[in-house]
This record gives sequence, C-alpha cells and structure tokens, in this order.
Amino acid sequence: MSKIKGALVIDTDRCKGCGLCIVACPTKTLALTTNEVNHKGYAFCQEVNDTCIGCASCAIVCPDGCISVYRKKVE
Amino acid sequence: MTREDIIQPENLVYQKPRLLNDMTMHYCPGCSHGVVHKLIAEVIDEMGMQDHSIGISPVGCGVFAYRYIDIDWQEAAHGRAPALATACKRLWPDRLVFTYQGDGDLAAIGTAETIHALNRGENITIIYINNAIYGMTGGQMAPTTLEGMKTVTCPYGRDPKIHGYPLNMSEIAAQLKGTAYVSRQSVHSVPAIRKAKKAIRKAFELSMQGKGSNLIEIVATCSSGWKLPPVKANKWMEENMFDFYKVGDLKDIDKE
Repeated sequence: MSKIKGALVIDTDRCKGCGLCIVACPTKTLALTTNEVNHKGYAFCQEVNDTCIGCASCAIVCPDGCISVYRKKVE
Repeated sequence: MTREDIIQPENLVYQKPRLLNDMTMHYCPGCSHGVVHKLIAEVIDEMGMQDHSIGISPVGCGVFAYRYIDIDWQEAAHGRAPALATACKRLWPDRLVFTYQGDGDLAAIGTAETIHALNRGENITIIYINNAIYGMTGGQMAPTTLEGMKTVTCPYGRDPKIHGYPLNMSEIAAQLKGTAYVSRQSVHSVPAIRKAKKAIRKAFELSMQGKGSNLIEIVATCSSGWKLPPVKANKWMEENMFDFYKVGDLKDIDKE
C-alpha cells in the first residue's frame, strides 16, 4: 500500500493563534508556539510532528486562510 | 522524500481562496466570519462570477467584508441591506446579488426590510450570521439571544418575562411564499463547513435562475462576546445553540 505524505505552508504573520486547526487535525501535527509570537503578538500555529497526511482539515477550518496544504503519494 | 519534494504546485490540495485578498481580517481569533468569507469567495470563484457579483455589506462586525473579497460591494445603512440588494438586482438582473448580515443587523433593526424583501421574492441571497449576541458593540443581548443566556445587558441570563423570547428568522422566512431556499448551517467542523458551502452554492444558483429569494443562516460563534476561547465557543455552540437553532434545510423549492 502506498503511503500519503502531506506538508503545510503556514502564513504565520496572518495567524491569530485561535487553535481551531489544532483541534481539527486528526494526526496531532500542529501546535501553537510557546516561546515565540508573530508581529501582531499572537502565538502562531506550526508543524510539530512529521505526521501530516495532507487531509486539509486544518486549512478548511482556519478562519483566516493561513494554511496551504500539499499532498504527495510516497512510492 | 523531503519537504521540498512535497511542496510543489502540482501537489497543492488547498490554499486561501483566490478571491480573498492578502489583507489580514479584523475579526477576533477564531471568528466564524472568516470561514464564511472563505466559502463565499470559493463559491463565487467556482461559479466564475467574480466580475458579475455584487455583495451588500452590513453594519456590524461584517461591515468590512468589502475589504476582503475581491468583487463589487455596496455598503448599506444599518439593517437596510436587503432593500439595497433589491435595487441592485432590479437594475442589474444578470448580477449575482447577495447580502452579508449579522443577527443585530438582520434580526433587529432590519427585520422589516428582511421579511419584506424575502416575501417579495426578490432574486437575492441573504447570508445571515447568527451568533445570538451583539458582537461588535461588546456583547449585549440581541433579539436572537437564547433563553437563560448571559450577556452584558442581561447578566443573570435572558428572562422571557422581561426580555421576550428569542427570534427565529429562518422559521419565519420558511413560511413566506417568496422564498425559494431557506437553510440553516454552521461552520464549526469540516463536514459542517462542506454542507454550508453546498447550501451557499445552491442559494446563489437559485437566485440566478430567478426562483425567488434565499436565506442561508449560519449559526456562528462569538468568542469575544461569549467570553470563551474559540475551541470552547464551538463546543458551547454545539451544546446550546443547536437545540433552538436546528441545523438543516427549512424550505427547498426543488423538493416541493
């Protein structure tokens, strides 16, 4: 069975740290930063695990459209 | 495989809708408005109506909707968006005309305009964001506030004996002969967002076919007004709002 791997590009300046993507993610790939903020002062979301499957749940629930999702089959 | 191999244009599955511009939205973190903006931008883009759409923005939190979606917009006086939409649609029948209103705009000051525009069967779509509170002005009680719900102006909870009962606009709209499609949706989860997008698309298509007026109510959160973090606000909405504001189609002219 071929495996599917995903990758995220997060617009961290646009992110407001609401955390809805973290709850929506089925593979616990995302988390908020704990020691860093963006230029507006919000903790922003980032990939913390290499478990992304490219399902795009995080990007669909993101109210600010910060997340672009890429998905590729691993041969 | 490296990250760079995956991040290639041909592997893209989802990104910010093309019609949503780069300006950061003024909404609070986790606000449902952002998701609905994305859905409207996606639907208009998929219908290929970018150059033939007119949005009517309200007074309320959604007032700056014209800044974020790259189509033509008109700004209405408080509550008068359906009246302005009527004018736009009658003057440009080939345009996709929709209003974007909150519950303070649509269900309070604009109740009469809304009911009459829907009852006349104007070929417009009304997108109605219902978060049961006046969010922009600081979380006061709105006509849509649930019984027992605490706000700044009813700190002991809404008491029907003093404040009256919550107003259910979609149920009223479903009884009007002029409406073609009345649906209540929410945007708290991925399946709900997909359903809401389908409902918006259907409403836009029916309005372009001249079948009548359409009302899409989106049950939304107001994390600042409800004084809850965004994730808890979604949970609170699921537990409390859906009992009174039941999600689903209330009227569908195609099924009658």
